[in-house]
Amino acid sequence: MQHDLVPDERARRLMMGALDGELSSSDETELKRLLEYDPALEVEWRQLKRLKEVTNTMSLRQPSQEVWEGYWMGVYRRFERGVAWILVSLGAVVLLSWGAWEGLQELWKDQELPMLVKAGSLALIAGFVVLLVSVVREKFVVRQHDPYKDVIR
Amino acid sequence: MEVALSVNGTAAERLLMERARAGDRDAFGELVSRYMRRAYFAALGLLGSHDDALDTSQEAFARAFRARGSLDPERPFYPWLYQIVRRLCFNVTRDRRTRRTRLSEATPWLVEEARRRSAADDPARLAERKELRERLEREIDRLPPHERETLVLREFEGLRYREIADLLGIPIGTVMSRLYSARRALATALGESGLREEA
Repeated sequence: MQHDLVPDERARRLMMGALDGELSSSDETELKRLLEYDPALEVEWRQLKRLKEVTNTMSLRQPSQEVWEGYWMGVYRRFERGVAWILVSLGAVVLLSWGAWEGLQELWKDQELPMLVKAGSLALIAGFVVLLVSVVREKFVVRQHDPYKDVIR
Repeated sequence: MEVALSVNGTAAERLLMERARAGDRDAFGELVSRYMRRAYFAALGLLGSHDDALDTSQEAFARAFRARGSLDPERPFYPWLYQIVRRLCFNVTRDRRTRRTRLSEATPWLVEEARRRSAADDPARLAERKELRERLEREIDRLPPHERETLVLREFEGLRYREIADLLGIPIGTVMSRLYSARRALATALGESGLREEA
């Protein structure tokens, strides 16, 4: 174990190693010496040992057998739904785009419609397109290259 | 529950990974069967809820399949999968904190091992142990995510320091420091009375 540590950090690591059975015999001797020398450390060591005794008696709860039997189907359903969502999204984009295009053509052909309404409808559609592109770009480009995406805030 | 980490992927696993990478769902299904328990228990330790652990670990496999292009058959599968599991778990934890919602699931995620239970235990002692387990669950839930993760990998998944360090990509010294901080916080929170009976 590393020796170039401040005494407190060294003692802490020795205690952890001793609790988890990862100390060499020379490290064990060193810990024993530190505990004899420092009563406060000895108190802390006893607390940590008691905690270890408690956690040693606990384990993670096993789920029922049905959970494992249906596990792969749960994963598979997610594949299916993922594909379904992609298809639904693509279909919606195609239909909405076509509808918007047709509607826009009708609007522009209508000679009686005021120019302001035509400009407004054009702005509305242009705004939707910009929003769509922006969201897609954020999802697929920016997030993938975000150096802080794994930072837990 | 002791889970040994296989550092070197076997030849069979490498083959499965190559097939899964090419889009073979059966091969990926075999990888799911091999690692679903580890993924589930990793998520359970980080989230403390069966439903969330099941949901998150299954989602991790689904994402792993979508990201199969980045799978390297020359490296073991589980550490790669674990990165996805932990990231999803941390997102769930962050969302819980952001929304200030507390875990309200009544089902305990820790259990006392059978060898510790005895028919001779009187109701008062059983109630004391139950309370201690519940307090321990609550205090683990309050630990910072990285400390909780390290503690769970050591205490409940039985990994050695070297294995934890490799899995998390951190030095062994950091593993020990995180363990110390987590244990110190738990010991302080549980206090003398909480830890008395096991002495």
